[in-house]
Amino acid sequence: MYAALFRALPGPLWLRIIQLLLLIAFAVLLLMNYVFPWANQYSPWTDSTVGLRLIHVLSDRSILP
Amino acid sequence: MGHRTRRRHGVIVGAIGVLGEVLLTLGVILLLFVVWQLWWTNLEADAAQDSAVHSVTQAWDADGKKATDGSDPTHPIEGKVWGILYIPRFGSAYAKPIAEGTSLDVLDTIGVGHYPDTQLPGEKGNVALAGHRQTHGQVFWDMDKLQDGDKAYIQTKDGIYTYTFRSRSIVAPTQSGVVLPVPDNPTATPTQKLLTLTTCHPPFTTRMRMIVHFEQTSFTPSGDAAPAAIADLVRKTTGKDS
Repeated sequence: MYAALFRALPGPLWLRIIQLLLLIAFAVLLLMNYVFPWANQYSPWTDSTVGLRLIHVLSDRSILP
Repeated sequence: MGHRTRRRHGVIVGAIGVLGEVLLTLGVILLLFVVWQLWWTNLEADAAQDSAVHSVTQAWDADGKKATDGSDPTHPIEGKVWGILYIPRFGSAYAKPIAEGTSLDVLDTIGVGHYPDTQLPGEKGNVALAGHRQTHGQVFWDMDKLQDGDKAYIQTKDGIYTYTFRSRSIVAPTQSGVVLPVPDNPTATPTQKLLTLTTCHPPFTTRMRMIVHFEQTSFTPSGDAAPAAIADLVRKTTGKDS
């Protein structure tokens, strides 16, 4: 998979390495800025309040941090 | 071994190779999620909190007595900042915005959230605030370091309320009685002005909650000199002496 991707990139070896690093950086930024913030709303590890919260009624952690 | 058999072997080996790469990628993504939670969210929250503190002090200056933008706690708006919390034990530069509500939107971006059904500074009863023990700015990371004599200060457009440490406890997350006007006593009539902070315990889990109660010991109206312990920080934060 990654080997095929690397072969598909154009240019000499040094250029392909630079392209690969840019692709990795892009993927990480996409995860950090969009994917993880979205996924976090389903995370059970972020509660710091006491009392009942709707989102937690579904689990036995009915109170938040 | 014939050509056909060898080619089929190649396909299987290739498929296993791709599966391995997919699993490795998922592992790296999970590690990155941990990095995001423990580190990246703090960077984002620190910047958001500094700018929220700056905005609310500007709103106080601009709006005079009748704040309708949520910057006055007597007219709170869900998600809007109405106060600044100072706790010297948490660091000499500790000044965090307090917003109305304890939704994850508030706790993740602003940091300190006011339980909507609890009292406001100056009222008899209990001002209850929630904050993260870790991640998203981890405003209450040092909760376990508070001790006798420690002070907490809440600044609103009306002035600075000074609270003195009274007790700390660890309770089950279901124990919502700690934020009642008289903690754990639903029928009592409040005579004191309390401040209650709630956060996760132990750190990096949500199994229990750490609760700290403070009691209001003085009030400095807006315009008077700020309490000496935070005078420099108030000047740096708001641009004024009080």
